[in-house]
Amino acid sequence: MGADWANWLGPAEWAAVRLSIRVSFWATLASLPLGILTAYALARWEFPGKQVLNGLVHLPLILPPVVTGYLLLITFGRRGTVGQFLDQWFGIVLSFRWTGAAVAAAVMAFPLMVRAIRLAIEAVDPKLEAAAGTLGASRPWVFVTVTLPLILPGIIAGAILAFAKAIGEFGATITFVSNIPGQTQTIPSAIYAFLQVPGGQEAATRLVIVAIVIAMAALLLSEFVARRVARVVGGT
Amino acid sequence: MTLALRVRHRFAGFDLDVDVEAPPGVTVLFGPSGSGKTTLVNAVAGLLRPDAGRIAVDDWVLLDTAARRFLPLHRRRIGYIFQEGRLFPHLTVRQNLLYGRWFAPRDTQPESLERVVDMLGIGHLLARRPGALSGGEKQRVAIGRALLSAPRLILADEPLAALDEARKAEILPYFERLRDEVSVPILYVSHSSAEVARLATTVIALREGCVAAVGTPAQVLSDVGAMGARDIGSLISAKVVAHHDDGLSELTTAAGPLFLPRVAAAPGSTIRVRIAAHDVILSRAAPVGLSALNTLRGTIAEIHPGHGPGALVVLALGETENLTARVTRRAVATLGLEPGQTCHAILKSVAIAPEDVGRAQTHEAAE
Repeated sequence: MGADWANWLGPAEWAAVRLSIRVSFWATLASLPLGILTAYALARWEFPGKQVLNGLVHLPLILPPVVTGYLLLITFGRRGTVGQFLDQWFGIVLSFRWTGAAVAAAVMAFPLMVRAIRLAIEAVDPKLEAAAGTLGASRPWVFVTVTLPLILPGIIAGAILAFAKAIGEFGATITFVSNIPGQTQTIPSAIYAFLQVPGGQEAATRLVIVAIVIAMAALLLSEFVARRVARVVGGT
Repeated sequence: MTLALRVRHRFAGFDLDVDVEAPPGVTVLFGPSGSGKTTLVNAVAGLLRPDAGRIAVDDWVLLDTAARRFLPLHRRRIGYIFQEGRLFPHLTVRQNLLYGRWFAPRDTQPESLERVVDMLGIGHLLARRPGALSGGEKQRVAIGRALLSAPRLILADEPLAALDEARKAEILPYFERLRDEVSVPILYVSHSSAEVARLATTVIALREGCVAAVGTPAQVLSDVGAMGARDIGSLISAKVVAHHDDGLSELTTAAGPLFLPRVAAAPGSTIRVRIAAHDVILSRAAPVGLSALNTLRGTIAEIHPGHGPGALVVLALGETENLTARVTRRAVATLGLEPGQTCHAILKSVAIAPEDVGRAQTHEAAE
């Protein structure tokens, strides 16, 4: 039965599913700290250029994904300024690698993650943080012991939203890292590729079903976790 | 421990300019809303950086703008009891109580959890989360949390204002215990003369950002400048003699017996009773055939005619206590009242609300 199930998808399709999950997982995990920091800065700090930062964060949401992908290519590609630097000093190459796909997915999912976390931070009463301060907690401790636990539902929601978005990312990914089977071919890229060849429709349909299952599972999981956390955090 | 407070701070359309000292015990910052009480407390706590000033508890300086010293909030060692409790919703009551101890310096000797829990009667709540507590329970936990952070000073910003009358009556005794059983000085913000009467060792009356009066509760509550003629009252101490079956308690004062609705104090103990000036009726002759139960005999010490139709008549009761009555100037003229005369003050027992009756401070009772 287990073997049947595994055989339901062909090796190329399995490769796309595994790659998609790996890319989305790392894209989400790696961008989470920066996402929390950005959300905190936008929610709580006043600084010059705040609106510019806000715009930059949200840009991938509005720009055509192809444009974002192209910008990534000229920045992080082998000839790009940042790409050259990373290659020479750290031996990190992003273009046409799965890591590049993760970067593209992270950039595209970032606005959704930041929005969810920012809303959670804005819902935390600063008076509670002040109370923690009077009890002897320094700023970092206040964040760790009060703010962070209270925004945990928002962080989880944001992370799962970002994961789902990363699974579905297509335009920026294919522009930045192309569509190399086993290397950069995620589920959406694979569906696209299957649809370009005669007789590929069946495989494409199977991947469509997988995409729907992953998206639903992510949504249900986020609901479940957020509810559990909210019960703990909500104080009843 | 003495708290020295010198603060100048300018807001839009509002200036705070205060220079006072608060001796040990409970110091009540008293005044109407907008008088600068909360600003002052926030300056002490470090939640607000005033334009100029110096704040110190003995030789421990929290703020000195001249010396460019501003101790950050979390290093001030202040137990702040907020109006709304501000318990951490994601922590249990026990975790809330122990939160401050985590951060207290190692060399301090915080109160024991057991003693505080016992004193506040919150043992059965320890495993719960704040969301499942009543308003009064929350505030008791908030008191405990402040106490257990090993504070050098406790601040309470109108901790009862958000509670209904019944909850107020529930919490006030805990503040009395705090005053009597804990050595940490307390700065308590209030706009209620009942709370001043029950809790204060010292009162600092604020009006529009300035100190209007400083003194004992008896002095300040009967000070027209600090209180305004409408809210003026007297604070007299009385000893509980007995509780009677008809719901009244019998007390003795320097000027005769006093019957009050049952007070929560054992016979033999001394309590303080606040009597609002507008609840006092004066009579030259000893009254007969009156439904009012209480007649206190005194000597007229002072008469202050007001700008309007009213006048304040201060009676000396015994050696040290005064009772102020607010009557009309016409009544003063008709009765021919003059300083030095003997006069009878008539009080309705039911006019004295339970929140006006407090346990006297232990050192006061010992005198």
